[in-house]
Order: sequence, then structure tokens, then C-alpha cells
Amino acid sequence: MTDLTDLTVTEIRDGVADGSFSAREVAEGFNAAVAAAKPLNAFIVETPEKALAAADAVDAKRAKSEPLGLMGGVPIGMKDLFCTEGVQSTAASHILEGFVPQYESTVSAKLWAAGAGMLGKLNMDQFAMGSSNETSFFGNVISPWRRNDGGNTDLAPGGSSGGSSTAVSARIAPAATGTDTGGSIRQPAAFTGICGIKPTYGRCSRWGVVAFASSLDQAGPMARTVQDCAIMLEAMAGFDPKDATSLDNPVPHWEGALSGDLKGKRIGIPREYRMEGIDPEIDKSWEAGKAWLRDAGAEIVDISLPHTKYALPAYYIIAPAEASSNLARYDGVRYGLRDLPEGAGLQDMYAATRAAGFGPEVKRRIMIGTYVLSAGFYDAYYTQAQKVRTLIARDFGRAWGECDLILAPTAPSAAFGLGEKSDDPIAMYLNDVFAVPASLAGLPAMSVPAGLNGQGLPLGLQIIGKPLDEQSVLDAGLAIEQRAGFEARPGKWW
Amino acid sequence: MSDYRIQGETGEWEVVIGLEVHAQISTNAKLFSGASTEFGAEPNTQVSLVDAAMPGMLPVPNRECVRQAVRTGMALGANINKYSRFDRKNYFYADLPQGYQISQLYHPIVGEGQITVSLDDKDPDAPTKSIGVERIHIEQDAGKLMHDQHPTMSYVDLNRSGVALMEIVSKPDMASPAEAGAYVRKLRAILRYVGSCDGNMEQGSMRADVNVSVRKPGYELGTRTETKNVNSVRFVQAVIEQEAKRQVELIEGGGTVVQETRLYDPDRNETRSMRSKEDAHDYRYFPDPDLLPLELDDDFLAECRASLPELPDAKQARYESVLGLTPYNAATLIADADTARWFEALMAEGARIQGKDEKDVATASANWLLGELYGALNRLGLSLADSPVSPERGAELIALVADGTISGSIAKQVFEIMLETGDPAAKVVADKGLKQTSDTGAIEAVVAKVLADNADKVAQYKDGKEALFGFFVGQTMKAMQGKANPQVINEILKAKLA
Repeated sequence: MTDLTDLTVTEIRDGVADGSFSAREVAEGFNAAVAAAKPLNAFIVETPEKALAAADAVDAKRAKSEPLGLMGGVPIGMKDLFCTEGVQSTAASHILEGFVPQYESTVSAKLWAAGAGMLGKLNMDQFAMGSSNETSFFGNVISPWRRNDGGNTDLAPGGSSGGSSTAVSARIAPAATGTDTGGSIRQPAAFTGICGIKPTYGRCSRWGVVAFASSLDQAGPMARTVQDCAIMLEAMAGFDPKDATSLDNPVPHWEGALSGDLKGKRIGIPREYRMEGIDPEIDKSWEAGKAWLRDAGAEIVDISLPHTKYALPAYYIIAPAEASSNLARYDGVRYGLRDLPEGAGLQDMYAATRAAGFGPEVKRRIMIGTYVLSAGFYDAYYTQAQKVRTLIARDFGRAWGECDLILAPTAPSAAFGLGEKSDDPIAMYLNDVFAVPASLAGLPAMSVPAGLNGQGLPLGLQIIGKPLDEQSVLDAGLAIEQRAGFEARPGKWW
Repeated sequence: MSDYRIQGETGEWEVVIGLEVHAQISTNAKLFSGASTEFGAEPNTQVSLVDAAMPGMLPVPNRECVRQAVRTGMALGANINKYSRFDRKNYFYADLPQGYQISQLYHPIVGEGQITVSLDDKDPDAPTKSIGVERIHIEQDAGKLMHDQHPTMSYVDLNRSGVALMEIVSKPDMASPAEAGAYVRKLRAILRYVGSCDGNMEQGSMRADVNVSVRKPGYELGTRTETKNVNSVRFVQAVIEQEAKRQVELIEGGGTVVQETRLYDPDRNETRSMRSKEDAHDYRYFPDPDLLPLELDDDFLAECRASLPELPDAKQARYESVLGLTPYNAATLIADADTARWFEALMAEGARIQGKDEKDVATASANWLLGELYGALNRLGLSLADSPVSPERGAELIALVADGTISGSIAKQVFEIMLETGDPAAKVVADKGLKQTSDTGAIEAVVAKVLADNADKVAQYKDGKEALFGFFVGQTMKAMQGKANPQVINEILKAKLA
């Protein structure tokens, strides 16, 4: 029998359903893989008992011939941004270390209801702020991938969902939740050779997800195949009356309608994404992507998204502005860390608690956000950034007159080495350059593996779709997947 | 124009007053969470995960709060903004779990309106003044710090955290403490009519920030101060008096008024500086990204309008013109929504049992309510809501007088017994045998005896001392323990003495 940890979500679900193996066997296999992968530092908390309990419940249902659910018998990793009842939820921060919610986020609750089980809480960039996982209070996650130069440089798994990307690509979880504010699902997926989709803003409830930037945050699945993403997204999505920005639209059966046939589809190639000094290997994979989509029946058209160059600056105003306010609640008064120096007053407690509880990147963004919202600067920064956001959304709106989907690179490079960019925030922020426009416009966007670069590292291609048209995004992802033939996997060194 | 002036050493000063009234919206649930809003519960027993700002919690607007704010705006004749938006007001304090208050700075739900106040409540013919309302917006209340629970620490009670408030901002249109008092009372009356706020200032469900500045008549506006959280009409007036006096003395002493926030100390009847403009927070207002803009559709607005009750000004006009009440009675009855409701129930029941139009029983009902009932409640120290006699029972009593079953003076006795026993008037009359008699034979017999016993007075009467007629009526009534129909006595006496 094949190693159960090599199976995809689809294969596990089908195998459990038809009795090829039990959900418990699957859970035990992944629990063991998780336990053996400590050097990757992908998990902050491991919950093997939760994975087993969920598996046993699925096996019991099968014994009674009851429906097993969309994710029946599939153990997954849960990004630590999701609050999970009775299990520490920290957003990889010190300030929430030891915080155990009395409630379950809507998205995780839906996954458990669909028959999934929890392997543990996945490491991430602190409060989802980062592109390399180096901002986690619990130490950085290490990518399972290594360059083919014979060296052993530790590589970034991407961020902020780096625990998720590492766990899935290292086969210690068949799938994981991610969240994407400005590329935090897509960039780590690209860095580790897996798939990840950020749905339309509002598809997945934000209730119970620690907020970074409320107008941008969106949960989504990360898994090894497009079909796996389709299955898991269906389990995660849906209207939630507890989230005022949740979309009251029916959840399509994406898996059922999945098709790699793109006849009649027009794929837009935004000329503004062809940036000066782009890595030639990225450009090459983009060309390959065009050829695959054309081969799948699509027509390739050039389009223009004229305000693209303003997207990154606007994002780095709006996201920190919202974050500076969203993170005000971590004040040492009601939960989490409290640092109360001898004889301290309230203001001293705030200062000491927040100084000790937040890492440098989080502080940097709180300060940027506080600054851009301050009297005298608000119009020049925040108001202007909101106008840019409107123009970017309008760019996409116009583009949809000429195409049905947009193809672009996911990130401007393959995975970089840990520490290579950690002293240069601007270089780090530039990693989001291709991901951010779709976030600002609230559009569904997906990264799928396109191949390996010369160093043997995965590269991803990004597909951006119209609002609520996740189906076309997944279809194009499937068409690429079918043609890219990406079967590379990291060698086990941990 | 108000003639209120501060007499300073350099002459007269005018006072310019604006009020920001915070009114707690009467709903069972908070503005963005399902938690209860009941007053006086044990600390931290009415706190949801949202109110405590737990990680990942999100606000969802309570439709009823929005509805009540819209209805209030309509009652003030204000523009209702079909598009409004919530903003975050960011600052750190231990009673503010989110680290921001959700409010509406840039796009409030209600725009300009006005309130007409009488410049003298005691005088129905006094002139009125229209005071502008700048805007109404919806916002969250904060929690409460308790400093008396521990020697070195403060405790936090989040029961109020997230409770819905309307902030009703006036224009700086008031010029005297009396005008400001009249404005607050009238606003409170309207809120109670609409049912959007219970107006209980002593429980903190309505409180005012008082903005005051002074100037020489005809000059530009002076620098204002804002005295926060004033919780009675009397204190609002006291703040204005004290603050205007302080500002005049300050300016005349060579100083300048600084724009600042002040607090009122009722024990010492003075205002104190809380923080100056230089120390003011930079609230970093920005649109709340957790909430979509509020967009109100025509059906919603139509329902809000249709659900509005008759408002005080319209009611007073109707009481005078349709019901024929005196302006004084009308003004007294409408001043408070509960009184008007009581009166209308009394009148409706009276009209029903007497088979008459409301206007034919209105005056008797008003007189009885404002005379007999109010007198008794005052004496007993009770409010109308606690009246031992219901409108139905009151209407029955009034009907017994109207149909001649008892006289007005017997009615007073019956009412006293009703207050004690709660019995219906008819039962009291039957039990105590207080029914008025119109039996001509019985009355004739008594009259004959009275006249016989007082032959000297009869002679005087016949000699022209007609004032003695009342004496004979009184004697007859006394002999019959007040139960004779006075009209019948009159007729018989007139006949016998003719």
C-alpha cells in the first residue's frame, strides 16, 4: 500500500468513503509525520488527539452508512490565525501566547462539520504580517525545499501562511487553511510548489479569524491539487450573519463543475506586470503558462491595468492603517500578555505590554498605520490610498470587458534564503507586488505550480478572476496543472 | 431673543450654548452584539465576545437601533441620510475594549432638524423658539471603571460596553440656561413619545455635553468650553450659569478662555478643567472596515415614518382645537408621553361607557386627572405609572358624576375609598350607600322639615335676603348626607319658597 501521507485530499476522501483505509489510519499516518517533522517548525501546537477524534467520528459514521461530509476523514493543518475552541490561538505572537479561545471560528467550524480533523495550529508570520515566516514569535518555519546546489541553505516557505505551505509540501498535512491579505496564501503556495486560492472577498467568514486588515483579509485553502482546493474551499465558504462583510451568495459545487477545457475563454496578460528587471525564469514560466492555456482552448489577449504601480504603496498604507486599529485590543487588560511593572499606571501597562508582546514587524506596521491616519496626514495618505484602491478596482472592471481571467506570475522570484531579506523591509514588501492588486480589488486569485527554476525551486503562476467566478479560476488552474506536469517534491532532509 | 445677560464689570455679556445629548437607544440588545442592555445588572454579566473585543470578533449592526435613530430624526423633522457609514474613533482606555469606539463622524445617519421650545413652560401664551439640530449619529457606549473595589487597582465593568447611543448635536442656538433646560426637556419628551430612549437621566440613559461661550452682544463668537456628561436638566442649567460667569470673570480679568474639556462637580457647583485642546487625543477616525455603509431603502423609511406616534406639538394643537381643552391643560397633558397616554385611555374609556364623543368627555377627564388624581398622587408620593386607580376605573367614576348617580362632592369621597381599596366606583357607591337620590317625595319631605325648622330664615328670605337660598340647599343636603340630587333640591326649594 502507498504511504497514506502521499495522498491528496481527493484520494483520502474517496479512500475513506470506499473503505480502502480508515480515517483513523490516515490520521495516525499524518500525526506521525507531524511528530517527525519538528525541524520544519511548521506547527505551534500539535493536536494529534483532535485528528484522531475527528477520524473516529468519520469512521463511526461510515459504519452506520451516514454521509461523511465534503472533507470526511481528511486531517488538516489550521493556520494559527483561526481561533479554535480550547486550543491555544496566538497569531504567532507573544501577546496572545497562552490565549485559549472559548469559541471556534466560522471557517474552522465548517471544516470540522465537513468531516475534517485538526492536526494542529500552524506557524505563520506574526499577525499575518510578513512574507517569509521570519516574524513569528515561535521561530521561523523552514521550507522543506532546498536549492539543488548541494548546499543546505534554509529557505523561506513564504508568508504569511508559511506553516501551511510547508506542511502541505512536506506531506505532513494533505491540506491546510491559509489567509490572504496581500498574497499570504498565493506567495507561500508558489514558494513551495503547491496550490492555494484566495476566494472573492466575503466568500469565507472572517468571524473568529484574528484580524490583520479587515477589508482585505480572506481565508482560503492550500493543498497539492486544484481539485483539492475546490473541495476544501466549498467546505470553508458560505454566508455568515456574524460577519457584516460576508457575501450572501450560494456556494457553488466547484469540484463538480471543474473542467480544464478553456474553449471560449479569453486570458488577459497585463502589460504593467512585465516589470523592469524581472527574473528571466519567472518570465519563462509566464510564457509557458500562456502556451498551456492556449493549448487548453483559451485565447490570450494583452490587457492594461494602468494603476498597477500604485497598488503596492496603497496596500502598505491601507493594510497598516487597519492593522493599527485592529491590534489596539491587545492591551493587557482582558486576555493575553500583561506586563505590569511595579507601581505602573494604565499607560505604563499598555506601553510595557505592547512593547513586549509585539514583534518588530508588527510594531513597524502599527506605527506606519498610526502615522497615515493621524490628523494632518490622513488625506495625503489614507484618503489617497483609498482613491488608488478604487482606480485599481476600476482597472480590473475595465479589463473584464476584454478578458475572462488574468494570468500573471505569483511572486517576482522563487523562494529566497531565510535572513536574506529580513533586514530590508522594502525588498520584503516587493514580494507582494503581483499579489496585492487582486487583494485590493477583492478578486478571487489562485497560485498553481508551474515548474522548477534552475536552482530546483518551484515557481507559481497566478490566475485572477472576476468577482465570484472562482470556478473559472479553478478551471484555468486545472488546465495549467494538467499541462505543467509538476510532480517535484522536496527531498526529506528533516 | 433671550434677554439673559451676564453683568460683568465691563458691561453685559451674551451666552452662546450648544448641546450634544447622548441618548441611549431603547433596545434589548447592544448596537453591534446580541448582549442585553438591562440597567443595573451585576458587573460583566451582559458582555458578549464582541463587547469584550475578543480576537476575531466582528460587529454586526442591530437593525432596531438604526430604526430608532431614523424615527427620532423624523420626529425632529430632520433629513434622513439614506447613505451613512460607521467610523472608528481610536483611543486607548481600559473601559474601551476594542481600542476604538464605533461612531459616525463623516456620514451621520440623520442631518439637520429642529426642536421648538416654549420660552416659559408655565405660560401657555409664552413665545416659542426654534432650536436647530445639526445632526444625529449612532455610536457605541464604553464600559465603566470602578475605582472603589480595591485599594490599588481599578476594576472594569463592560455591561455598558457596546450599548447603542444616539448623539444629538444641537446648533449653538441657545442663549440662556432656561432655553437649554427647555430644549433638553422637550427633546426628552420627544424621545419618550417616539420610544427611542427612556430619557432617564439619573440612570445615565440620557446625558449632555454642554458647550458654552460668551461674547459682547453683536460680537463674534467667543472660544467655547465643553463640559462633559452632565446628567440632569438642573445641572445643565447650573453648568451654563457657572461656566458663563467663570468665562466673563476670566476675560475681564485679562485672561483668555481656552478651548478645553471640563467636568461639572455638583457638590461644589463648579466646573473643572479635564484636558485642554493641546492634550486632546488624535482620534485617527477612519471608516470601519468591518462594516459596510448603511444604505436605507424607501420601504424601511416608510415603515419608520408610519410607526411614528402623534408628537407633542401636534397633540397639543389637537387637544386645544378638537377636544376643546384649555391651553394650560393641553400643555400639561402633553408634556410627557406617559401622561398623554393615560389621559387618552381615560378619555376613550369615558366616551365608550357614556356613549359620547371624546370631545364631550375631554374636559371632565382632563380636570379630574390634573385635579383629583394628580392631587392624590402628589399626596401619596406616587407617579402616574404607580397610580392605584387605572384609567378604566377613573372613567367609571367620572361617568357616575356625569349621569347624576353621585354628586361631585360624593365623587371625592368615592375616589378616596377607591385609592385605598382599589374597588370600582360603582361598588364603593353601592357598598357605602352613596347613591344620589332624585326621589322627589323624599326630598320634598326633607325640604319641608328644613323650612319648618327654620321658619325665621324663611321669613328673612321672603323679605329679600335671597342669599339664604344656599343655606336651605346646604341644610337639605346635610340632612340627606349629601346624597340628594342638588338640581332636584333647587327645583323643590324654589317651588316651596315662591
